[in-house]
Amino acid sequence: MAEKSLMKGNEALAEAAIRAGCKCFFGYPITPQTEISAYLSKRMPKVGGTFLQAESEVAAINMVYGCAGSGIRCMTSSSSPGISLKAEGISYIAGADLPCVIIDVVRGGPGLGGIQPSQADYWQITKGLAHGDFHVLVYAPSSVQEMADMVAKAFDMADEYRMPAIILADGLLGQMMEPVEFADEEIKMSDASNKPWAANGHKGQRKHNIINSLYLQPQELEDKVVERFKRYEDIKANHTMAVADYCDDADIVVVAYGSTARLAKSAVDAARKEGLKVGMFRPVTLWPFPEKELQEATKNAKKILTVEMSMGQMIHDVKLAVNCSKPVEFYGRTGGIIPAPADILKKIKEMGGNK
Amino acid sequence: MTNEFLLAGFGGQGILFAGKLLAYVGLYAGKEVSWLPSYGPEMRGGTCNCSVTVSDDPIGSPLILEPSELMVMNTPSFDKFIGTVKAGGMAFIDSTLVDGTSDRTDIKCFYIPATQLAADNGLKGMANIILTGKILKEIGLDDMAVIEKALQKVIPPKKANLLDANLNALKLGMNA
Repeated sequence: MAEKSLMKGNEALAEAAIRAGCKCFFGYPITPQTEISAYLSKRMPKVGGTFLQAESEVAAINMVYGCAGSGIRCMTSSSSPGISLKAEGISYIAGADLPCVIIDVVRGGPGLGGIQPSQADYWQITKGLAHGDFHVLVYAPSSVQEMADMVAKAFDMADEYRMPAIILADGLLGQMMEPVEFADEEIKMSDASNKPWAANGHKGQRKHNIINSLYLQPQELEDKVVERFKRYEDIKANHTMAVADYCDDADIVVVAYGSTARLAKSAVDAARKEGLKVGMFRPVTLWPFPEKELQEATKNAKKILTVEMSMGQMIHDVKLAVNCSKPVEFYGRTGGIIPAPADILKKIKEMGGNK
Repeated sequence: MTNEFLLAGFGGQGILFAGKLLAYVGLYAGKEVSWLPSYGPEMRGGTCNCSVTVSDDPIGSPLILEPSELMVMNTPSFDKFIGTVKAGGMAFIDSTLVDGTSDRTDIKCFYIPATQLAADNGLKGMANIILTGKILKEIGLDDMAVIEKALQKVIPPKKANLLDANLNALKLGMNA
């Protein structure tokens, strides 16, 4: 394997997308994710792909819709306000059962907010992304290496289940550099040969495919949605991901995702050094939320602490997962402020972390 | 062993570049590393800073609020950050550009006229590298083979002709 080199999270993700067979990228610049576009604008033409800077986020997501319909692996990326603009298009893509990958490098909000790191898009991405009954796959990397690894995973899962997959990162992960190595040395071939539904031209050799999200007959629409939710159940049963550290004997389990999980892990390590029985649980898939894994990790715990770079959004999923069977407390900073490990440790001690 | 560097100055002084060099020296010395720039309005010409962690252990927070090693190349950064250095830590100060000295006795301060040294030695614009050389020397990450490899990596191909000058600046700093 090649020697590790240092890359920004945004660049590592972009390179990994190319190696995963992403052939088309449609984007529009916004801090703190612009390096993804900048990197792909140079790299994509060299591998015979298409890089296109659209006139707006709305245009970019609709280009993804068209491209995904032809069976080509494609991607767009943005940051919070830009994702809001893409919402309508994402609903159409979900409604048309098309695979694609969307990157959200979250910044502080609401409104134009700020440009510093945040996790305040959790509700938006995992729950109310746009109109209609649907879900998207959501992956939350917590290192530059995972920014690279998860984009390949996202493409594979999106294809398998014919649905959009989102990488939920934040400004910290996008901007920081860490060593990274790529699993795929070669660029994966991606074509529509294993996508019999693709509208990609067939020279009259088969019945034409129609890609559409409009169903005026209620029964037809209900059948479509119900069929989709059966796929969702399969994903929930088989494709949740999480990492648990020192949870077995923990009185308090700290739950955090993405870059915040690194900060929380520092606090948990410090607590363990002081002899406190504290565990760490990191959801890697945010939809589906790793409920079973969290139940298992907290079965001996007396309390749970959720740490987020927001006013507290994932905490609701944590409470649901444990069915409010034990107290779930919260610590967070928002607006672009990064929670300091020392402050998380202080909160752990306030909750009565015991030796 | 963990070194948490905070590098600060004006945009254009090579703060981020110096951080990248430190990170690559750490990487090639077999350590865990992270590099985090400030990416706000600073990038558009104001003050600029960069957090670099070099550690034997996996790195939690890449953001450094209390550095063990501080490098400052202007007075506003000196005023802002000198109080944040961990007790027992070190500060590397470009005394050509920074007015004043610290009265802290719990940290070690190196006042190096890096900008003046660069000008006197035909190394204009390399005050950042002179200070980096001093840092590497003081923390003991001073294997020249590793440092040279890191320099070759961080200097963009278009500027490969500046490798020797950068090496000279590093050595100048190490002996300062």
